[in-house]
Amino acid sequence: MSGHHDHDHDHEGHVESASMASRVGALVAKLEAKGIVREAELDAAVEAFLLSTQRAGGPALVARAWVDPAFRARLFADANRALDEIGVDMTHWAQVKLRAVENTDRVHNVIVCTLCSCYPVSLLGPSPSWYKSLAYRSRVVREPRAVLAEFGLKLDPGIEVRVWDSTAELRYVVIPRRPEGTEGLGEADLAALVTRDSLIGTAVCRANSAG
Amino acid sequence: MTQRFHTGDAVRTRAANPEGHTRLPRYLCGRKGTIEAVHGVYPLPDERARGIALTSCTKEALYTVVFDGREVWRERSSEPLSISADLWDCYLEPERAAK
Repeated sequence: MSGHHDHDHDHEGHVESASMASRVGALVAKLEAKGIVREAELDAAVEAFLLSTQRAGGPALVARAWVDPAFRARLFADANRALDEIGVDMTHWAQVKLRAVENTDRVHNVIVCTLCSCYPVSLLGPSPSWYKSLAYRSRVVREPRAVLAEFGLKLDPGIEVRVWDSTAELRYVVIPRRPEGTEGLGEADLAALVTRDSLIGTAVCRANSAG
Repeated sequence: MTQRFHTGDAVRTRAANPEGHTRLPRYLCGRKGTIEAVHGVYPLPDERARGIALTSCTKEALYTVVFDGREVWRERSSEPLSISADLWDCYLEPERAAK
């Protein structure tokens, strides 16, 4: 879910997810009992949501940006329009404005939602639990280099870290740098190098990574 | 509400600590930043969270505001860090040019 309404005031761990599951179950039971929601409607909505996350468009977006400079320019000028070109729909319940931020040899970008867990699902797939954790959300703005190092990403001290806190109706996606030695690869092979974490900014793309 | 700020303007975030919902994170309260982008007009979530309907709630300009990490955390650091957030017009005040 990419909306601000899936607030996740968690204290982390299984106890919280169990209590969340029972709360959701109780809420669904009430809504069904009162005839506000039917089970089939809910199933269809969940299925559509899961299907949309399976077609995560981020890797294709990045691969196109790597091979097509004109597309790349359009992506940074108007990311939603660029998504239309590659057939990715950011709309779940509401239209969301997307902004792509570019890693360079001098700037490394990383995204977070410190207030809850906003995240562009249709580009990145389902969000990892650490993205929603209080630890990531509070620490990545306070000591991003230390957090990235824990992910195995050690940045040169001279590189500027830019943290994008998704506090409103925009969603962010990091456009990682194209790895060296991938000049001969086509778009599909390049897309396979683009990991979810590289789109969040907690990793970079490697020529030999399995995707 | 009109758009009070433009790209490049120096601003300072409100230091208020409202009782209800707001999208101004506490760690960015009372901090000096720069308008990095202007995104058009969006419903104010502070009012939406109080149950005010989409049709009647205040709509305000939304900006990306970028802050220097040293300003946010009040400390010296030689490792460059910037933090940006998307903030509504009423969260911001103009910052005088004096440095």
